[in-house]
Amino acid sequence: MHAAIRCAQLVMTYPGKPPVEAVRSLDLEVAQGECFGMLGPNGAGKTTTIEILEGLLQPTSGDVEVLGRRWGGRDDEEIRQRIGISLQETRLSEKLTVAETVRLFRSFYRSGLTPEDAIGRVSLEEKANARVGKLSGGQKQRLAVACALVGDPEMVFLDEPTTGLDPQSRRQLWEIIRNFRDRGRTVLLTTHYMDEAERLCGRVAIVDHGKVIAQGSPAGLIAQLGGDHVIELAFAEGQQGLPPSAFAQLPGVVSAHQEDGIIALSVSQLHEVLPSVLNRVEQSGVPLARLMTRQPSLEDVFVQLTGRHLRDEEGTDAIV
Amino acid sequence: MRSSEWALKQLILARLREFFREPEAVFWVYGFPILMTVALGIAFRENPEPQYRVDVTGPESATVITALQAEKTPHGQPLYITAEQETDAAHDRLRAGKIDLLVTAAAGEYEYEFVPTRPESKLARDEVNNLLQRAAGRSDPVATQSVEMSERGGRYIDFLVPGLLGMGLMGGGLWGLGFVTVDMRIRKLLKRLIATPMRKSDFLAALMISRLVFMIPEVLVLLLFSWLAFGVTIAGNIVAVLFLILLGAFSFAGLGLLIASRAKTMEAVSGLMNLVMLPMWVLSGIFFTSERFPDFAQPFIQVLPLTALIDALRAVMLDGATLASQWSEVLTLVLWGAVCFALALRLFRWS
Repeated sequence: MHAAIRCAQLVMTYPGKPPVEAVRSLDLEVAQGECFGMLGPNGAGKTTTIEILEGLLQPTSGDVEVLGRRWGGRDDEEIRQRIGISLQETRLSEKLTVAETVRLFRSFYRSGLTPEDAIGRVSLEEKANARVGKLSGGQKQRLAVACALVGDPEMVFLDEPTTGLDPQSRRQLWEIIRNFRDRGRTVLLTTHYMDEAERLCGRVAIVDHGKVIAQGSPAGLIAQLGGDHVIELAFAEGQQGLPPSAFAQLPGVVSAHQEDGIIALSVSQLHEVLPSVLNRVEQSGVPLARLMTRQPSLEDVFVQLTGRHLRDEEGTDAIV
Repeated sequence: MRSSEWALKQLILARLREFFREPEAVFWVYGFPILMTVALGIAFRENPEPQYRVDVTGPESATVITALQAEKTPHGQPLYITAEQETDAAHDRLRAGKIDLLVTAAAGEYEYEFVPTRPESKLARDEVNNLLQRAAGRSDPVATQSVEMSERGGRYIDFLVPGLLGMGLMGGGLWGLGFVTVDMRIRKLLKRLIATPMRKSDFLAALMISRLVFMIPEVLVLLLFSWLAFGVTIAGNIVAVLFLILLGAFSFAGLGLLIASRAKTMEAVSGLMNLVMLPMWVLSGIFFTSERFPDFAQPFIQVLPLTALIDALRAVMLDGATLASQWSEVLTLVLWGAVCFALALRLFRWS
């Protein structure tokens, strides 16, 4: 069985002065039936990559295969019949109703779900006869997904499906995506929410500056950090506290670094490490302003790989 | 039904729904031509009998005023509105355009003061002079007869309706297709659609067909209204008129599609639209015949699609010409439509 997606040495350079290298030799392989996430900050090249995979952009160079076929020839129609797409920020016609919109999209496919069925999959039955302009942000996004599902595709591409949505709407969308994957279909999504990638995706590729810098299951990537807990501590303001290196040598501490006045320690065996960390703090005589422990996340993986936070370049989007 | 037919039908339905659910758009497309016809029809209604305003001064003014007041229009209105004024005051009134003529009447000698650049002022001078000369005993050596033409087709409103039809078809085609297309591009809807197996030709055909559908009521409303309100009729073959209307709509739809094929903002497309439409508004003879422009401009004016459309419509509607006699106008429109459509298909940017 061929992979759902295979792309090798993908390069996309937008002409300009200077030229913008959005994607620099990116390799990716997505198996059929998996939910695969591309995780990275805004501007990492995720949207460019997914639009090349969707056949909407022509790469500068590189090889792309979707469902065993290549873009740019007689196969285009065939691929389009078998995939579903939700772009970042498409504004569907506000004057049409939900049912009319889904029926329109259904008409482009040889076979597929009934419009009613597609609307049911995204739980918009009650809004079937409402104008698109009257829908909330979450409902609009579910409608966009219904339009992606109505051709009964083998695979869907979702570009930032939950960006800007409230927590409840995000959970509803996750449920829809899980249901689709549970039918044995393939999902490729992009996100800059680490929790979305962790909860939804079997495997993720962490993308930064147009390259895949790490790839694997969320749990596997987190395990590579070497610690199963993170201790965060901060000294009282205005006081000269200890540097991260003061903790690095303690047994059980895998790594230590500091950012914005907060020291983060990746540790294993929290119950053994914590007393020795506190002991070291007490010896320094500087009071603590904050102490917490948490599970490590993909965010920590990203920080360890790049020295930056995912949300650094995010702008105004709220993290929920 | 084959799936592509279904897609075409759904695309057309979507366009029709979007259009008819937008009250402003419906008003501009259907209300505007009617308002325009009403306003112009009132302004240029059945040429009202001209009345001249004449001030009279001088010792013999009473004689002149009596002679002028005896003249009536065919409807029994006084032909001259006269007043006796001080010379200075009358002079000011003439300069301000409040009167057409100032007569200074002395015994055996009249002086006319008029403004030569105002046609009605010149007319008033000639008419008053004729009247006063005859009243004083002049006899004309040759017998003359005047016949007034009031046939249908000769009035300004008859001339105007084909022009308004053409203007409506141009505006509707360009704005209708151009704005909608750019709007869809801005909303990334074009990109979303092209990401489906939808055929590009279905999409563009749906845009054109829905434009032709919107146009039918627009044209019927204008024709019906001008018939009922002003008695404007069609001298030639109505099928020929409808054919020309359809061809015009097709031609301007193609032009609209071409203008919108690459524009990425509303400002850009508005600018382009105005750039394309302005010369035609001025030159193509909507309100007055394009033959008034000098000869050297005529080759350019004649190849404009709006000139071709309006000339052909006038020939068929007013003079009862056949479609065949309008072959060069028809050819012009076909070429504009086909070339623009073909170029638009090549240049069209979906994202």
